[in-house]
Amino acid sequence: MTKFTKEDVFYFANFARIGVTDAEAEKFAGQLDDMVGFADILSEVDTDNVEPMTHPLQLFNVLREDVPTDILNREEMLKSVKDHEAGMIKVPNIL
Amino acid sequence: MTLLKKTVAELQTLLHNQEVSVKELTEATFARIAKVDGDVQAFLTTTEEEAFAKAEQLDNQPNAERGPLFGLPIGIKDNIVTKGIVTTCGSKMLENFVPVYDATVVEKVNDAGMVTVGKLNMDEFAMGSTTERSAFKQTHNPWNLAHVPGGSSGGPAAAVAAGEVLFSLGTDTGGSVRQPAAFCGVVGMKPTYGRVSRSGLVAYGSSLDQIGPITRNVEDNALLLSAIAGVDRRDSSSSSLAVPDFGAALTGDVKNLKIAVPKEYLGEGVAKEVKDAVIEALKVLESLGAKWEEVSLPHLKYASPAYYVIATGEASSNLARFDGIRYGYRPVDAKNLEEIYLRSRSEGFGEEVKKRILYGTYALSADHYDDLYVKAMKIRTLIAQDFAKVFENYDVVIGPSSATPAYKIGHLLNNPLTLYANDVLTVPVNLAGLPAISVPCGFTEGLPIGMQIIGKHFDESMLYKIAHAFEQATDFHTSTPTIGEGN
Repeated sequence: MTKFTKEDVFYFANFARIGVTDAEAEKFAGQLDDMVGFADILSEVDTDNVEPMTHPLQLFNVLREDVPTDILNREEMLKSVKDHEAGMIKVPNIL
Repeated sequence: MTLLKKTVAELQTLLHNQEVSVKELTEATFARIAKVDGDVQAFLTTTEEEAFAKAEQLDNQPNAERGPLFGLPIGIKDNIVTKGIVTTCGSKMLENFVPVYDATVVEKVNDAGMVTVGKLNMDEFAMGSTTERSAFKQTHNPWNLAHVPGGSSGGPAAAVAAGEVLFSLGTDTGGSVRQPAAFCGVVGMKPTYGRVSRSGLVAYGSSLDQIGPITRNVEDNALLLSAIAGVDRRDSSSSSLAVPDFGAALTGDVKNLKIAVPKEYLGEGVAKEVKDAVIEALKVLESLGAKWEEVSLPHLKYASPAYYVIATGEASSNLARFDGIRYGYRPVDAKNLEEIYLRSRSEGFGEEVKKRILYGTYALSADHYDDLYVKAMKIRTLIAQDFAKVFENYDVVIGPSSATPAYKIGHLLNNPLTLYANDVLTVPVNLAGLPAISVPCGFTEGLPIGMQIIGKHFDESMLYKIAHAFEQATDFHTSTPTIGEGN
C-alpha cells in the first residue's frame, strides 16, 4: 500500500516552503514511501512506559548575569544580504 | 612532500630550531594540494592569502609561546563557519555565503597557532555518506580514485589520507567522521555530545551533531581534541566538565580492560573481510592484556530507522532558516515574498536535502508525530539503555566502523535505503550521545578497513588509550596511499 502519494508530497512541500514540479513530486513520492516503509519496523517495539529521549545528555538551565558585550556590527552582518537599504533588509512588497 | 610525512614532534623540533619556518611548511602544504587535489578533489576553497599572512605572523612568535600544534596545517569541513572565508555546506544555497564570525573550534585552532589552508568538501548539509551529494564536486578516495571517500566528511578524511593536510575537522551526526575515516584509512573521533562547542557549525540534527578531529594517527587526534574541547558560552549544550589532557592517556597499558563486542556488530550485512579484520584486531588487544566478550545490543536493528526520523525531524526545523532573506541563495527575479521562499529553497537545495526536509516535516506533522517522531525518541531511549547496561560491566564497545570498505562511486547513488541501512553501526552512538573513534585495522583489495571503539560519556581518554595501544602494536596507520608519489 502506498503511504506517501504525490498529493502528500505537495501537501508537505507546502509546509516546508519547497516548490516541487509534478515530475519531482512523482519521484519524491516513491522515495518517501520507501522511507516511511523503512520506519515500519519501529512499530514492533513495545515502548509502553518508555520515556522519549529528547536529548543525549541531562541538561539543566544555567543562568548568567545579563552583561552587555560586543556583538557583530551591522555593516558586517549585512555583507551576506542580497538586498538592503539604510541598514534594513529589503524584500518585495508583501501586501 | 617529505616535510608533510614527518611526525608532529619532528615538525615541532624543526620549527623550534628554526630549521623550517611556518612559511615553508605552509608552502609545502599548498604544493602538495596542487599536486594531488586535482585527483582527490577534497578542497572546495583554498586560502593561500590568509594562510601565508598567518604563517608570517607565527614565524615571529617566540618559542616560549608556541604550543604542540603550532604552525601546523589544518583543513576545515565546509559546514563550519570561517570569518571572511566562503562557507558553502556543499550547497548551492550557500554558494556565496561569507560568514561574519568564526566557529568556536576555528577560534580555538587559530589560538593554538594552526594554519587553516582551506575548506573541505562534503555531502550537502552533511546529508549523505559518500560525498556524492556535494553540489560542487565529487571527492575521490585517495586509496582508489574510483571509490568514494565516504561521507559526509569525505573531503576532510580524503585530504588527511592524501597527505594534503596533517589535520582536519569533520562533523558527525550519524557517522560522518567515523565512516569516512574508516574508508580513507585515517583516525576519526566523534566526541561525546557536548564535549566540543557546536557554535558556528551549521546545524543538521542539533541533538546529534558533534565536531571531531580527523588525523593520521591517534596521538595527533588526541592533541587536536584537547585543543578544541571545552565549555563555550555560545553553545548552551557544551559541557562544563574539565577537559583532560587526552595525550596523557596514551600509556600503552590496556591490561585487564574489558571490551564488549556486540554480536549485532559482526552480524548479517557486515562483509566477511571486515569481520575478520576486526576479530584480528581484538586478538591484538587480547595479546596486550585486554579481555573481550560477546554481548548484545538488542535494539540495534531499530537504530537507523529511528535515527532517520529524529535527524530529519530536527533538520526540517533547522533548515527552515534558509529562506533567501538574510543570506543564501535568492532568485533575482522573485516577485513576492512567497515566491522568494519557495524558489530560494527549491532552487537552492539539492534533491537529498529536499527529501529529508520533506520526511522530517512528515514525521513532525500532527498525524504522525506520536506514531513516528515520539516513537523514534522512545526507541532512542532503549538504545541508550542498551549501551548503559553494557557499560556497567565493560570499559568499551568494539565493532567495525562500517559494514563494508568504500563503495565504487555511483554504486549506491540510486539506492538510498541501502545507504541508510549501512549507517547502522555508527548512528547508535549519536543517538546515545557517546564518544567513538575509528582507527585503521586492515585492508582488503587495497581499501582500508576501520575499527570503531565506543566509550562511556566523556571517556574519550579510554578510547585514545586503547586506539593508541592497538596502533602501536600494528602498522596499518603507517601505510599511505601512493597518490602523488614519484613524478
